Amino acid sequence: MRLIHTTLAVLTLGLTATITFAAEVVVYSARNEQLIKPLFDAYTKETGVEVKFVTDKEGPLMARLKAEGPNTPADLFMTVDAGNLWQAAEEGLLQPVDSKPLKANIPAHLRDPGSEWFGLSIRARTMVYNPNKVKPGELTTYEDLANPKWKGRLCLRTSKKVYNQSLVAMMIHEHGEQKTEERVRGWVANLATDPLPDDTKAMEAVAAGLCDVTLVNTYYFGRLMEKKPNLPLAIFWPNQNLKNINAGVHVNVSGAGVTKHAKHKQEAVRLLEWLSSEKAQNLYADVNLEYPVNAKIKADPTVAAWGPFKQNLINVAEAGKLQTRAVMLMDRAGYK
Amino acid sequence: MLTLEHVAQSYGAKPVLKDVSFQLKAGQIGCLLGPSGCGKTTALRLIAGFERLAGGAIYLGGQVIARPGHCMPAEQRRVGLVFQDYALFPHLSVAANVSFGLSHLPTADRNNRIHEMLDLVGLAREAESYPHQLSGGQQQRVALARALAPRPRLLLLDEPFSNLDVELREKLSLEVRDILKHEAITALLVTHDQNEAFAMADVVGVMNEGAIQQWAAPYTLYHEPANRFVADFIGQGVFLPGTVLNDKQVEIELGVLDGHIPSDCADSGGCGACAKSCKVDVLVRPDDIIHDDDSAMQAEVERKAFRGAEFLYTLRLPSGNRLLTLVPSHHNHAIGEKIGIRLDIDHVVAFRQ
Amino acid sequence: MPEHDVTPSAIPTRAPSSGARVFSLPASAWPAALPIALITAVPIMVLLAHLLHPDQEIWQHLWQYVLPELLINTLWLVLGVGVGVTLLGVSLAWLTAACDYPGRRFFAWALLLPLALPAYVTAFVWLGLLDFTGPVAGWLRETWGMTWLPPIRSRGGVILVMVLALYPYVYLTARAAFQGMGPRLTEAAQSLGLPRWRAFFRVALPMARPGIMAGLMLALMESLADFGTVSVFNYNTFTTAIYKSWFSLFSLPAAAQLASILIFFVFVFAVLESVARSRRSYAASTRSAQTPRRIALKGASAWLALLWSAVVFILAFAIPIGQIGHWALNVYGQDLDSRYLEFAWHSLLLSGLGALLVVGLALILGYAQRLQPTPTMRLTARLATLGYALPGTVLAVGIFIPIAWLDNRLIELFGLDGQILGGTLIVMLLAYCARFLAVGFGSIEAGLGRITRSVDEAAQSLGVIGGRRLTRIHLPMLRVSLLTALAMSFVDIMKELPITLMTRPFGWDTLAVRVFEMTSEGEWERAALPASVIVIVGLLPTYWLIKHTEHAHT
Repeated sequence: MRLIHTTLAVLTLGLTATITFAAEVVVYSARNEQLIKPLFDAYTKETGVEVKFVTDKEGPLMARLKAEGPNTPADLFMTVDAGNLWQAAEEGLLQPVDSKPLKANIPAHLRDPGSEWFGLSIRARTMVYNPNKVKPGELTTYEDLANPKWKGRLCLRTSKKVYNQSLVAMMIHEHGEQKTEERVRGWVANLATDPLPDDTKAMEAVAAGLCDVTLVNTYYFGRLMEKKPNLPLAIFWPNQNLKNINAGVHVNVSGAGVTKHAKHKQEAVRLLEWLSSEKAQNLYADVNLEYPVNAKIKADPTVAAWGPFKQNLINVAEAGKLQTRAVMLMDRAGYK
Repeated sequence: MLTLEHVAQSYGAKPVLKDVSFQLKAGQIGCLLGPSGCGKTTALRLIAGFERLAGGAIYLGGQVIARPGHCMPAEQRRVGLVFQDYALFPHLSVAANVSFGLSHLPTADRNNRIHEMLDLVGLAREAESYPHQLSGGQQQRVALARALAPRPRLLLLDEPFSNLDVELREKLSLEVRDILKHEAITALLVTHDQNEAFAMADVVGVMNEGAIQQWAAPYTLYHEPANRFVADFIGQGVFLPGTVLNDKQVEIELGVLDGHIPSDCADSGGCGACAKSCKVDVLVRPDDIIHDDDSAMQAEVERKAFRGAEFLYTLRLPSGNRLLTLVPSHHNHAIGEKIGIRLDIDHVVAFRQ
Repeated sequence: MPEHDVTPSAIPTRAPSSGARVFSLPASAWPAALPIALITAVPIMVLLAHLLHPDQEIWQHLWQYVLPELLINTLWLVLGVGVGVTLLGVSLAWLTAACDYPGRRFFAWALLLPLALPAYVTAFVWLGLLDFTGPVAGWLRETWGMTWLPPIRSRGGVILVMVLALYPYVYLTARAAFQGMGPRLTEAAQSLGLPRWRAFFRVALPMARPGIMAGLMLALMESLADFGTVSVFNYNTFTTAIYKSWFSLFSLPAAAQLASILIFFVFVFAVLESVARSRRSYAASTRSAQTPRRIALKGASAWLALLWSAVVFILAFAIPIGQIGHWALNVYGQDLDSRYLEFAWHSLLLSGLGALLVVGLALILGYAQRLQPTPTMRLTARLATLGYALPGTVLAVGIFIPIAWLDNRLIELFGLDGQILGGTLIVMLLAYCARFLAVGFGSIEAGLGRITRSVDEAAQSLGVIGGRRLTRIHLPMLRVSLLTALAMSFVDIMKELPITLMTRPFGWDTLAVRVFEMTSEGEWERAALPASVIVIVGLLPTYWLIKHTEHAHT
């Protein structure tokens, strides 16, 4: 009998957990717990508003929002990658937010033109090379890595992760599908080894001499160098000083949007504004060695030490729009 | 063919077999008979090679197959075994079960042997059936065919008929004996059922408490039991108190028994030790008592069991002692009736009280 | 006439009187089996509903550029893993269940331990160690100038790591089969002139087929559904296409359609296998008084057995756990906090309750199938156990959609606020059942198959039927199978991720969720901490399982 009682008690625990309080925001987050919890804790401390959140991958979270429909408990959907944010907006899961502070804090190319989602940190995807094997001046652009001179010298992460998908999407935006496909085929022809499972492995392959250059998000580089400062690796910012004024290092964002059926819309918007504010931006970006979106804020010293660079200024929403095309293109080009 | 010499076995501190010796000649069918727990199954498993013995030796065809520190693996002994539960392979068809021990034969010879065996046991039409589709008697015959197929030097049968009903048991035991004799198989049977033992075996060892009490032909066991246990265990009968008069005569309440008093009238010693006026128990079998209306000796019918051709009457003597007698069934007497009886004892079996 | 008063002789097994009872059974078995099957069937039907809306463009793309390669990859994976787990699982199960050699007692339970390691973690460790950039290759390069090492990021590498991670399923179920078999049939084979090792191949192995198949099906279903391990190796399988359609091409319908094809094939295979063994019987009467005598291995064979067990143990567990432990030690100062107690408690509670529920439902389903072994019931049982073959995230969505729908109806009807069912542990536990019923069912079905019908009939003749027959006869006889099912489901739920992520109430993070939080951003070293806590917590039931099942036979 006692077992039955405890079991019942435990089962109903779940029920009581869903009772909602007035001063709270509920967040569905595909950004990891360890990256967002310090921020939410700080926010609660400052405002007294409780932030409840649940983490999962972006796909399931969107499916969940869709299934729950008007009764979803979520007020804010937070995820990495503009493609996912764009898709959430496309599926009608988000609602537009008209907020002066958000517009002021976040550059236009890092938020939704329809104001349904906002970038909160920048993730730059750049080149990391082995200085012992690559001569200065050899590296120029993403597109140049298709050049046969890199044959057997390139390592790439798998095409399954969104990072290279959005890079390719931006290339499609700039050059069109046909030219981009040629470039991607060039990359594949230059690969020194089969695509690697993640950015860190790709950099380790460069350091071990298996290949000379790869494409990674900067925070992976930062993390790896923190642990193993002696690896022969260096950062290069590609696509600088080109004729195209929008050209620059490919950037993506992590960001958030208010859900269409948010029960606490005011609180959600306020949290969003706070996250883009100077107070929160350092914490938001630094905790993962990312770049803040708020231009008034300086990056973490480790990050700043990699030097300044010019970002690609095309709106990141384009990456979302073209992501499907990019994935299909990479499949056709044999980039696994 | 098979010889056991002073075989002993124990599980932990508990002795299960103590000094078991016997011999089985080629073509003979032997039987170990005894109540459950007497050690007969252990003896069988030792001969089969599933256990290592603690003392003594076992010879098969003149070759030592087991003694302490040496144990020929079961699979090399060429000893066939029919298990009490048949242990048919449930995932194999009848034919595959029978061919199991024949893998060394070329296909043609193997198929011939399978058919020969299935014909022998009358199951040729069930070759492709699976064991669970067969009746108990059929399964038993498959088990026999399977064990005989590889032409074992010795066939062991562990309570082979105990899972069958009585009618089938009697029919099958005779059938199996015919088969074994026809194939000239040396076999050893283990059972607790004396009918089975007597129907099958040429020679029977009665076992109790890990030892062989008597190793003899069924007839001898019945009429000349070596000790009280054998007398009690084999057949029916009662013990009547008696007094030794001299080395030729014993007196019981039904009169003086003349004739041959066996030399071992007592458990220990021999007749020489049975001094005059020594008190003994005399074994009286139902067939030792003959119903005779003319006899002066009267006993009261206390119980009766109808057995078709005959009645088994339990009679009460004036002294209160009881007797059993078999009487042709046309002599139908009511309970309580007094009937005349007379003694007809060939072998006097007496044990010291 | 024979003397009928003497013994109530063995009554023919199909006594006419039992006919009436058999006839009355269908009424009692379906109401139990159907709701259980629905737990899995509903999510699958939700996925099948997507078949009505095919996405032409995506399909054409997949068919042209993606699927041909993935199908071949998947086929190889299934073949390789199938052969590998059978070899490892069966050989080790036989050695530890039927033989005796130095270290057997240790290996009997230690060989189960890889079950507690999430496969993708093992994969990551091996990739790290053996890849070009890893310490082994580095050492070989620097010390011996060897630049070539068999590539770990290859078909062979994936299969090897998967086999090391999944063989315990076969090991467990095969072991239960060998233990439940009793010595009699092996003895019969020996008396027919077969040495014990050949008796193993001709009798024990075929007899253990249902058990082996149960474990093999689990391993194969898991490798079909796996996404984590294959993506560590960037080895693209059918599941890759499912996730690609969903996460990269943003087409959940296409993903659901692909998943439906996957489970269709698994279903057909499961039904075929079930039909193939339905004609034969695998029930061996075992006299309980007979304890199986272990084969005492001596000399070279003992050393070989020890070596084989040790090699598998070291590769599948010792090395991965060594690496994980090493990483965990690096980060525990930074990450280990009081919340870990809560994570561990949540993991324990969910796995414990989930395993009990899974095994309970599996038992009912297995029993329903035993009482009423009709083709429809067989199909129903196969259907109920399909959840294991689906990629976890896909199943999680399939579960979530109907529950959210039900919630919305309830909210409309009663004017309630917020979630009703969603976000409760009850839903979470049911979702675990949808996924892990196969884990419990396989073992229990094989166990029930080893109990002869005559035992049922004997119980029936003694007036013991229904629930009492279950508790008095079958449960004691099923002990090993039940414990096996419990331990497997417990450890599997503990590692489970997608369903936990999707259905957990707010704040109900578990150890597996911690692993996810870390690995999804590539922080493998920090993931090592929760992963090693999973192993420690998972150790308990495996140790307990082996201890108890050993006692049953020695």
